Amino acid sequence: MPEGTLCNKKPVETAEGITTLLADQSGKTYYEEMKSLEIDSDLLWKTIQNTCKSRMRTWLEICAHCGMCADSCFLYLVNGKDPKQVPAYKIQSTLGEIIKKKGKVGNAFMRHAMEVAWAQCTCCNRCGMYCPHGIDTGIMFGYLRGLLYQQGFVPWEMKIGAGMHRVYNAQMDVTDEDFIDTFEWMVEEYEEDYPGLTVPVDVEDADIMYTINAREVKHYPEDLAEAAILYHVAGEKWTVPSKGWELTSLSMFAGDWAACKMQVESVYAAMERLRPKRMVGTECGHAHRATVVEGPYWAGRKDGRPPVESIHYIEWLAEALRTGKLKIDPAKRIKEPVTLQDSCNYVRNHGMREVAREIISYIVEPGYFIEMSPNKEHNFCCGGGGGFNGIGYFRKQRNVGLKCKRDQILATGAKLVIAPCHNCWDAIRDLEEEYEIGIKWSFLKPLIIKMLDIPEHLRPKE
Amino acid sequence: MYTLLTGPVFYISLGVCIIGMIVRFYQYFNGLSWQLDRVAYKQFPGMGFKGAMRSIYKWLIPYGTYGWRSQPVMAAAFFGFHIGAVLIPLFLIAHNVFLREKLGFSLFTISTPYADWLTWIAVICLFFLVLRRLVLPEVRILTDRKDWGILLISIAPFITGMLARYQVGDYSFWLTAHILTGEIVLLAIPFTKLSHVFLFFASRAQLGMDFGIKRGGIKGTKMAW
Repeated sequence: MPEGTLCNKKPVETAEGITTLLADQSGKTYYEEMKSLEIDSDLLWKTIQNTCKSRMRTWLEICAHCGMCADSCFLYLVNGKDPKQVPAYKIQSTLGEIIKKKGKVGNAFMRHAMEVAWAQCTCCNRCGMYCPHGIDTGIMFGYLRGLLYQQGFVPWEMKIGAGMHRVYNAQMDVTDEDFIDTFEWMVEEYEEDYPGLTVPVDVEDADIMYTINAREVKHYPEDLAEAAILYHVAGEKWTVPSKGWELTSLSMFAGDWAACKMQVESVYAAMERLRPKRMVGTECGHAHRATVVEGPYWAGRKDGRPPVESIHYIEWLAEALRTGKLKIDPAKRIKEPVTLQDSCNYVRNHGMREVAREIISYIVEPGYFIEMSPNKEHNFCCGGGGGFNGIGYFRKQRNVGLKCKRDQILATGAKLVIAPCHNCWDAIRDLEEEYEIGIKWSFLKPLIIKMLDIPEHLRPKE
Repeated sequence: MYTLLTGPVFYISLGVCIIGMIVRFYQYFNGLSWQLDRVAYKQFPGMGFKGAMRSIYKWLIPYGTYGWRSQPVMAAAFFGFHIGAVLIPLFLIAHNVFLREKLGFSLFTISTPYADWLTWIAVICLFFLVLRRLVLPEVRILTDRKDWGILLISIAPFITGMLARYQVGDYSFWLTAHILTGEIVLLAIPFTKLSHVFLFFASRAQLGMDFGIKRGGIKGTKMAW
């Protein structure tokens, strides 16, 4: 059977296709079919010849095999320093082999490469900072994922996720109506506490266009209300687009580059339609990476920038606190040992190491903040990045991966972990569930709301 | 043999090395693609240049990066070898006498005792790197025959040079062997991993531009990539 009915080289492009895939519980049939999926070696080799150019070829060639990347990889560290987890080995034995063999590789090899690409690398790019030659294995794994996706060797959830973006322009089956309805409903819920609270939809020329993670609509609707509350209290002229509101990109994790382009273009179209001064994205790491850092390139924007200035939620928050738009009641600051999870996607890969600490300086009573070690751009991945959190097939490996963050948190002695990133937040929740170390974890929005000093005129009348 | 090695073979190997590396440098930068690499190289030349220079500079300084500091012993061995491997071939008095004779110019030179020290350190460090390759599982798994070949090619001019320098046995034999092994290095540079002699700068510059232009350089953080 060269192509399965579920596992094949075709992307999912219809709602029915998604339903059919979802009906296959845990992808049981999907992975069975994968065992007989044929490889289109000619296409694979042609793609490599067209897209694997001097940067990656040189990386693969000049790698000195020095092993300095080993200790930089959290998966190497938590897997008993297994030499097979050394980043250079992982990429040389997968992408390196495919190139050496000019695409003539077998089914078992491709399934193995899939496991390495999604369960042995979270594309956190930490190894890139430890290689004397500046070889960024994470980038190469992102590339390898694209090749594997093209050939149909992609984890079940990733295939579904990429399909969701193609069908709904969102990582989940959340329609534009669902989004607006949920947002309006949540705002109504909080209207009594915050008189005048609204969600301005499709307002042109606003100062801020806010974009979110579809999970918030489906699973964490309070997050939407919290965002509205903070903009309301800060007095921002903000809006949400009725279309193009999804910041995330599971297609990036899946290596479905065509879907990546479709997804970011929907957000950019909203920017062009509403002409906001800036876009602010929710507390999510990969979403920021996808839409703000990588997205412009997928969309073919030569300057590598989105149509309007786009910032991460923590950048807006730091600015609002700095300028006094939001005021913190000093008595309500955090007074328990607290630490911060630096997200790879916007700290290591977009330079925001100080911004998060500025926020900490406003909201934590001096003496209670403890840095993780290592931290900032050298911080380890939460353990669930790059799609790892969402792949049931590799859950066991993911749970082992969580040990690194668990031990980092334990070493701080903190009782609360601030995680302004959906992926990190999930991973930390899962590690608490798995290892029960007695911690709490939180996004910034709910913490800030609890300690806000709300101006008199915005308070509910008694 | 000696006449041949110091005559045509010398010119050919030097020529192959220099022209080969110019070609590879050109191919490298010509092959960079803003869309495939997802870095707007041409749109932000200033930020790109700054990022590239910072990246190269920091990694050339012993313990200049977090990466070097996290592996202090490896860093010591690495720099111990590489400092010798760069300074000795270029600035040894004997090499420059030879250079003046053959090409009509010479470079700055270092004193013989100093050169001796550098050579001993380089050889000892290289042996440490070999040992590391044999002992550490994370390095062993990466090591293939080519790596051993490169190590052999790199250490040969040092060993033969020292045997000639201390006149162990037949001086003229070791001198000839030294010139031959040196020329093998020159010939191997464009075609093997030894290309890192030049491509290190290209590869580091690329990552520096990547971070400088796209991944955080614009945020004004002074990270050393």
